[in-house]
Amino acid sequence: MTGYILSRLLRAALTMLVTVTLVFLFIRLSGDPAAALVPPDAPQEVIDQYTRALGLDQPLWQQYLGYVGGILQGNFGFSIHTGIAVEETFLDRLPFTLHLGLTALCMAIAIGIPIGAVAAIRRGTALDRFVMGFSVFAFAMPNFLFGLVMILVAALAFSTFLGGENASVIWPALTLGLAAMGSFARFTRSSVLETINAPYMRAAEARGIPFGMRLVRHAAPNAAIPLVTLIGLSLGALVAGSVVTEQVFAWPGVGQLLVRSVATRDLAQVQFLVLVVAFTMVIANLIVDFLYLIIDPRIRAK
Amino acid sequence: MSEPNPEETAPPAPLLSIDGLTVALPADGDRPEAVHEISFDINRGETLCLVGESGSGKSVIGQAILGMLPHALPVTAGGIRFSGQTMPPQRDAAFGAIRSARIAMIFQDAGASLNPVRTIGAQLAEILAVHGVSKPARLPRVLDVLRDVALPDPERIARSYPHQLSGGQAQRAVIAAALLLEPKLLIADEPTTALDVTTQAEILALIARLKVEHDLSVLFVTHDFGVVAEIADRVAVMQDGVLVETGDAQDVLRNPQHPYTQKLIAAVNPTPRQLGSDDGAPILEATDVNLIYRSGFLGNRKALHAVKDVSLSISEGRTVAVVGESGSGKSSLARCLLRLEDIESGSIRFKGAEIADVTGAPLRKLRQSIQVVLQDPFSALNPRQTILSAIAEGPMIHGIAPDAARAKAMELIELVGLSAQAAGRYPQEFSGGQRQRICIARALALEPELLIADEAVSALDVSIQTQILDLFADMQRRFGFAILFITHDLAVARAIADDILVMKSGEIVERGPADRVFGAPEHPYTAGLLEAAPGLELFQQGSAA
Repeated sequence: MTGYILSRLLRAALTMLVTVTLVFLFIRLSGDPAAALVPPDAPQEVIDQYTRALGLDQPLWQQYLGYVGGILQGNFGFSIHTGIAVEETFLDRLPFTLHLGLTALCMAIAIGIPIGAVAAIRRGTALDRFVMGFSVFAFAMPNFLFGLVMILVAALAFSTFLGGENASVIWPALTLGLAAMGSFARFTRSSVLETINAPYMRAAEARGIPFGMRLVRHAAPNAAIPLVTLIGLSLGALVAGSVVTEQVFAWPGVGQLLVRSVATRDLAQVQFLVLVVAFTMVIANLIVDFLYLIIDPRIRAK
Repeated sequence: MSEPNPEETAPPAPLLSIDGLTVALPADGDRPEAVHEISFDINRGETLCLVGESGSGKSVIGQAILGMLPHALPVTAGGIRFSGQTMPPQRDAAFGAIRSARIAMIFQDAGASLNPVRTIGAQLAEILAVHGVSKPARLPRVLDVLRDVALPDPERIARSYPHQLSGGQAQRAVIAAALLLEPKLLIADEPTTALDVTTQAEILALIARLKVEHDLSVLFVTHDFGVVAEIADRVAVMQDGVLVETGDAQDVLRNPQHPYTQKLIAAVNPTPRQLGSDDGAPILEATDVNLIYRSGFLGNRKALHAVKDVSLSISEGRTVAVVGESGSGKSSLARCLLRLEDIESGSIRFKGAEIADVTGAPLRKLRQSIQVVLQDPFSALNPRQTILSAIAEGPMIHGIAPDAARAKAMELIELVGLSAQAAGRYPQEFSGGQRQRICIARALALEPELLIADEAVSALDVSIQTQILDLFADMQRRFGFAILFITHDLAVARAIADDILVMKSGEIVERGPADRVFGAPEHPYTAGLLEAAPGLELFQQGSAA
């Protein structure tokens, strides 16, 4: 078990280091950052001045060490436009994204998993086909289109005020969570189907254990194992997934910040946000790995 | 518990009585009825063996007695009486609790019939809870039955998860679960089929002891007449949903009436094959082969010495059987010889040339000469590849023109006993035996000089096993390749091998000609294996005759 924990931690740390390196390289590969900052007709001296200011005249390895060292000290750089530390801007935006993303995830779990389980138990019925039809729709529906539909429905049918301080989180959350809801439903269905037909379920029936108890005590803990992976991945995709939805609903979160920073070539800000997206993925995976220790005794034994 | 006991008032009536039971199959089934007019009784304290192969309908009867028949399989005639009371065979919640207290069932795959994420103790206590046993009484009772089935250290077992138990321990735990409520009837559905022979012998002895101690009647479902010889009082033989023979176990074993029964009994005691020529040149020679599996990370590195200093030699036209229990390293040895594992040390020579460290193109060339047939013919074939393409693929990869490869594949399809129409079809349209024929044709398409068969008949019904073993021998006579046959089943080894190697914990403990090893084993482990093999009496009668 110690080996398991150590290996997961080491793997997470390695993934993060690789991510940092790749982000560093890609940003320098995609053209001269200094040239990208200034107007196209700027004289060479101005470009050189920016190059020096950004430290781009140093050898690559020195830049890399400086960059990694900065990250380790919590020094991520400053926005070129506002001069504010990039993590500060990010932290200002984070509550909005968390509010939206976690609401979306909760909705996806609260709706997707029960309908998937019901579809499995009522396999082959009209209900099953309806749920599966819905999940394909949910998964296939593009965010930007469904977002517009939601705005239309909310504004026209419910006369809801969608902008500003009092904006309801329900509509963007539904938009953001829809795809996850569909995949949760589908995954739950196949996972539950697999477990309810397992030999230990038949054995439990033969031992006189009632249906509801078989479902809750025997099927559910086993069916949950693959679902934890899926939910973990969705948790990791929270920040990345909010880009489109936040844009459509003018939601002042991290996704919107990312889009704006790319548009304004705010190098340090983009760099930081890409790292944040990657790190949430890594952390979510790490959480999943540790959750396995709790729910699956077979892994605990390793 | 308070109901009047019919035993005291009525003359001894059968505990279980099945009368003309007929169960229909859904319209798309391969026959109209799963079982047809089945009648038999089980008396108190009696063990009835219900013998049949897969698809014979024997598990449908088990389900009907437990009241677990799905509604897709309706009973169209007949019924079941259990201690004088009519029992509905269909799923019926009302009878669930009554039935499970008086009829218990144990299963073939004991490990899989326990919930993997809950401890043994919790699962057993739950059964007591469902049947109204008060909380403080549960744990003592659980430990009690675990002790009763002779599990060492019951406290530890109760805290264990199923994956922490061996196959034999898991089966004991499942038997303990069955005993918890002091049932009258125990239905055992192939409970020893997945176990090693020595473990099987222990479990059979355990069931026999518990039967006496707990005054149980046992319905023992099996395909193996060796097991029948060990434990049955009476036998009922089923074929395609019909009871073809019933009777006293000793009578049926000595004097089987129905040809199908005769065939099943013969499978326990096969006629030793005619020996292959022993003047052929050695094809494969292995010397001091060692294989170590390494796993783990940082602090908990593990090394498993799977094959230890194994030497063997196989000559053309000969069949060598490697016999051993699970975990003895016999499949690992096969993987070494197939060059699927890199060996730690030692040498493997194929027709005199060292092959232990060849790689790349020479290794690919070598693969043509050493082919393999695996245990599970269902997963060994790609479900989306036609039979013709599966067989012709190998020769085409090794440079035979597509037309020639297909022509050869067609020839082999007929040679292994399938019709030419089979060529265009997909694996799922074939039975297990037919699939194994296809796998053999696929291996032979490359004209190998050595065929390695890893438990190649273990997944098949006994009567099919005989056919496939005959096919191996037939093809060997025709093409002259050598066979290395890996098996846990002594009867199979006896049927096919010229020479026997007995493996235990990665080492070869005994080797020699088949008749000598079976007739006069030298190593105590071999003697133990033979001793544990069910139906030893049948064996001895057969060799004396």
